[in-house]
Amino acid sequence: MKYILQRLGFYIVAAFIAITINFFLPHMMPGNPIEAELVKLSQGGSNVSPKTVCAVAQQTDTYSPHCGLHKVSILSQYWHYLINLVHGNLGYSFSQNETVAHVIASTLPWTLCLVGISTIIAFLVGTLIGIVSAWRRGGSIDGSLPFLSFFQGMPYFILGIFLLYFLTVQWNTGLPDYGGVAAGIQIGWTWAFISSALFHSILPAITLVLANMSGWAVGMRNVMITTVSEEYVLAAQAKGLSNWRVVMTYGARNAIIPNVAGFANAISLAVSGVLIMEIVFSYPGVGNMMYTAVTQDDYFLLTGLFLCISLAVLVANFIADGVYALLDPRIRKRAANS
Amino acid sequence: MGKLFTSNKNANLLLDISGSETYDTEAPVLSIENFSIAYRSIQGDVKATDRVTIDLKRSEVLGLAGESGSGKSTLAYGACRLLRSPAIITDGKVTYRGRRAPREGIEITALAAKQLRQLRWREIAIVFQSAMNALNPVITVGDQLDDAIRAHLPMTTTARNERSEMLLDLVGIPRQRIKSYPHELSGGMRQRVMIAMALAADPEIVIMDEPTTALDVVVQREILTQIIEIKQQLNFAVIFITHDLSLLLELSDRIAIMYGGKLLEVASSKDLQYQTAHPYTEGLLSSFPSLRGPKKTLAGIPGSPPDLRNLPPGCPFFQRCRHAASACRSVSMNLQNISRDFAEPHLSACPFHPGPGADKRWKAPDLVDDAVHLDQPMHASADGETLKKGLML
Amino acid sequence: MSAQLTTGMGSDQSNSINNTAANALKIEAPTGRKSVIKRLISAYRNTPRKFKVGLLIIVFFVLLSVIGPFVRPYNPNSNLTNPNIVNNSPSFSHWLGTDYQGNDVLSEVLVGTGPTLLLGLITGLISTTVAIVIGVLAGYYGGIFDHILSLFTNVFLMIPALPLLIVLEAFLQNNGTYTMALVLSVLGWPWGAKVIRAQTMSLRNQDFVAAAKETGESNFRIMAIEITPRMISLIASGFIYAVLYGITASVGLMFLGFDTTAITLGGMLFNAQNQVAIQSGYIWWYMPPALIVAVFGMGLVLLNYGLDEIGNPRLRDANRYGKLGRKNMRPSDPTPVLALLSNQGEKGFLSKLTSNGFSRRSLETSPKSEG
Repeated sequence: MKYILQRLGFYIVAAFIAITINFFLPHMMPGNPIEAELVKLSQGGSNVSPKTVCAVAQQTDTYSPHCGLHKVSILSQYWHYLINLVHGNLGYSFSQNETVAHVIASTLPWTLCLVGISTIIAFLVGTLIGIVSAWRRGGSIDGSLPFLSFFQGMPYFILGIFLLYFLTVQWNTGLPDYGGVAAGIQIGWTWAFISSALFHSILPAITLVLANMSGWAVGMRNVMITTVSEEYVLAAQAKGLSNWRVVMTYGARNAIIPNVAGFANAISLAVSGVLIMEIVFSYPGVGNMMYTAVTQDDYFLLTGLFLCISLAVLVANFIADGVYALLDPRIRKRAANS
Repeated sequence: MGKLFTSNKNANLLLDISGSETYDTEAPVLSIENFSIAYRSIQGDVKATDRVTIDLKRSEVLGLAGESGSGKSTLAYGACRLLRSPAIITDGKVTYRGRRAPREGIEITALAAKQLRQLRWREIAIVFQSAMNALNPVITVGDQLDDAIRAHLPMTTTARNERSEMLLDLVGIPRQRIKSYPHELSGGMRQRVMIAMALAADPEIVIMDEPTTALDVVVQREILTQIIEIKQQLNFAVIFITHDLSLLLELSDRIAIMYGGKLLEVASSKDLQYQTAHPYTEGLLSSFPSLRGPKKTLAGIPGSPPDLRNLPPGCPFFQRCRHAASACRSVSMNLQNISRDFAEPHLSACPFHPGPGADKRWKAPDLVDDAVHLDQPMHASADGETLKKGLML
Repeated sequence: MSAQLTTGMGSDQSNSINNTAANALKIEAPTGRKSVIKRLISAYRNTPRKFKVGLLIIVFFVLLSVIGPFVRPYNPNSNLTNPNIVNNSPSFSHWLGTDYQGNDVLSEVLVGTGPTLLLGLITGLISTTVAIVIGVLAGYYGGIFDHILSLFTNVFLMIPALPLLIVLEAFLQNNGTYTMALVLSVLGWPWGAKVIRAQTMSLRNQDFVAAAKETGESNFRIMAIEITPRMISLIASGFIYAVLYGITASVGLMFLGFDTTAITLGGMLFNAQNQVAIQSGYIWWYMPPALIVAVFGMGLVLLNYGLDEIGNPRLRDANRYGKLGRKNMRPSDPTPVLALLSNQGEKGFLSKLTSNGFSRRSLETSPKSEG
């Protein structure tokens, strides 16, 4: 329990750092691009009324003489920003003509479901491959591991391009290569929507699983090889336990711990990769929306999306830490002692 | 140490043995015959044990002593076929004749993996050297005890739990420790858990691989006393592996001395101590102080164990032996009984033993004068150079 | 275990100490050159195959990127849209076809590989340097200093790099390749720093550091001369991953349209994506840059696996020692019994062992001594 509280403290600090970066980044850039953009928008020429633009400028304390606003000290801007954040107010997206919070609510679930499910599949399959190849050294699965590094070394979106080419252009498998759901289907808890969404996520998910899997497999194999030569595994064999029990309860059960500890790095890498990959498949997630935000200079949307995806990763890591503590009793004790 | 348990409770730990009235009570419970194990490597194979023949009698304590690298652990683990590749059993056989085994015995060296799993722990259990390393760090002590019981005994969950608790009672660990993880126990407690676990399936033979080496002297003493007590009540045979010969002299019925993968001397503790037949044993005996005996100089054995990859023919101890002579290079390493008592033989591989009641001088042919020989640097004698020089003098 | 397994792999298989000693003397005699060659050969044999393949891939593409600009058949950036040669499939005059502007794809690839790899190299160098400085300082000094540094390291390890890079790049507005390398380095150091810190902490408590302190060496000298060189394999592996990260992230950012003024592999992919090249079936256009990035990345990953195996021989030794004849031994297999193997029809078993490099002679038990 104490361990979990310690970790919680860390994540609160981490979240605070992410929030602060998110605020100060645009303000430290030469010429404050947000201000420049707001001035441009408030002078008309966009589909957003100058009134809305000025309202946003006022709300975010952005210096905008055109709207009759004056410069406010950066610290009070920061304070105002934090207050807004607590109320779930992330600003207004001029490109989508909606609040940023609303845009996030409609894009984040797509990305989170895709990344979450495929990362878990990749972790399970990769770990299993690692176990088998460590136990059957020199076997066919072990021998094919180096070939999996082909999927590991390239960016996800390039693997996405390969799969798109082979699975839709070369061999027409009929898998959807565009969007997150078939046209005309309403989003909701209906069978039509869920089945269509799952069908559309097959290609992106295969990409993610393939790319992620080999890293887990090699990591697991290498730790497992060391673990198998531990004396407690020999003791388990001397006890006459079944092979399954020796491998799982004594070998893999111990070898998986460092892998779970490495989850933090893996999940942030996976999220990074997915964002670009979404563009290849025109998947309606955060990555595609970020791309839109970049091309249309929609800074509020951009920073809002970044903040949300960072917080989501922090939450995922917190869960991974909990699993880690469940798996390793020694961690719990170490935390309690310190 | 007082009695930690009543004999009544203890009887519960002994399992009912059915259909085993046929076993031969006189036959040794484990016979190792002509047993050789090699570790393969590209630079040549290491003959870790070479044609070892030894019997373990029913409910006796057999001590196995030797320096590290002498092959004593390899012999014990190899007999259970627990050694992993690159180890390979190149010769010999191991026969088990327990109460539950058929009269002709079970040849362990002919068993398939599945049969071996049934035999392990149920018949031959092991107490590992370091309980810290031999206990799974992420599973509770209770689960690990339960593992061993469930693999071998058809029992209900409650019965297994009760048995686990009784096993902890037996080694003097409070029952609530059953939910502890290994890192939450002290070193002595962990080793006791290891002993309790070894007794989980009421085995016939317990191999103890330096079970007390990692502990401090007081705890060591406590645990040894406990082992002897439990052994007397549960009546299993023990192979006790250690490099500490003084310990074995107190503890074991018989002692086997190993060196360079070969047996050099096998005798009862008393005979080994007072009728020492091999110079190596003599060296071991003089390398530790005796608590009660008269003061004497600790001689020790100069030099280091031989390279098992390139063992020259003849006696492996040749290069370090104070009494070595050219005849030792062609000596047969077959054990010979030097005692007139055939019921309790005293076996030695050194044919130049002094004989009973002699003046403790080994009389190898071409024997060089002790004084000359002792001045020679022992490590330089890899190819017998020292010996040649000695002979020229 | 009582017998020690030697993991070294001498080619010399002589059976007695005398012979080995004699051979050693012979080698050190006048023909010193031969021994160098022999040593090189044995070093080559001892190198893991993954390492060799990875190195080969990397050397190939580095050479390609260096020679490429001089041997390109066309100007890859003519920007003269000639409708006759737009989106042409590979032909004799354009080996890899042309893109939507009629530029020769082969020339683009030959010119574009260099900047992409260079970006990875610069990113790798900068972020590894930062990682060493932060990791060694935090690990060596410890205390509150370490707490703050490792807090930052852990936070930056978790914040997904790419969205932050996108935000940074969006604000920086296409400032060129070197700015991108700097931006990538800002987020590329935490992983290396974390590993190096842990290693420094364990090295710090070792005797050689205490000895250096006794002789009055300054802290800076101890860190630079005593500690850092001992982590060279760790640093090398961190560097390789940093280069991989640099290439992957920069190609990704360029694919999003950042810094696409110069010809790069990422920029080619950006154009291909914009022109719907995949759906249009212009495989010759997007496949070459995608393959180069993928294969180069694989080379880096293999190189790192090879380094792992060099650092931890156990990872590969079992491949050599874990075999019995043609059978792979599992940890669960009981110790094999020679007599049983020959009985089970494993004929010629001993010769199989010999072909694996094991000596037949030593497998047989020593001859029974004369009565």
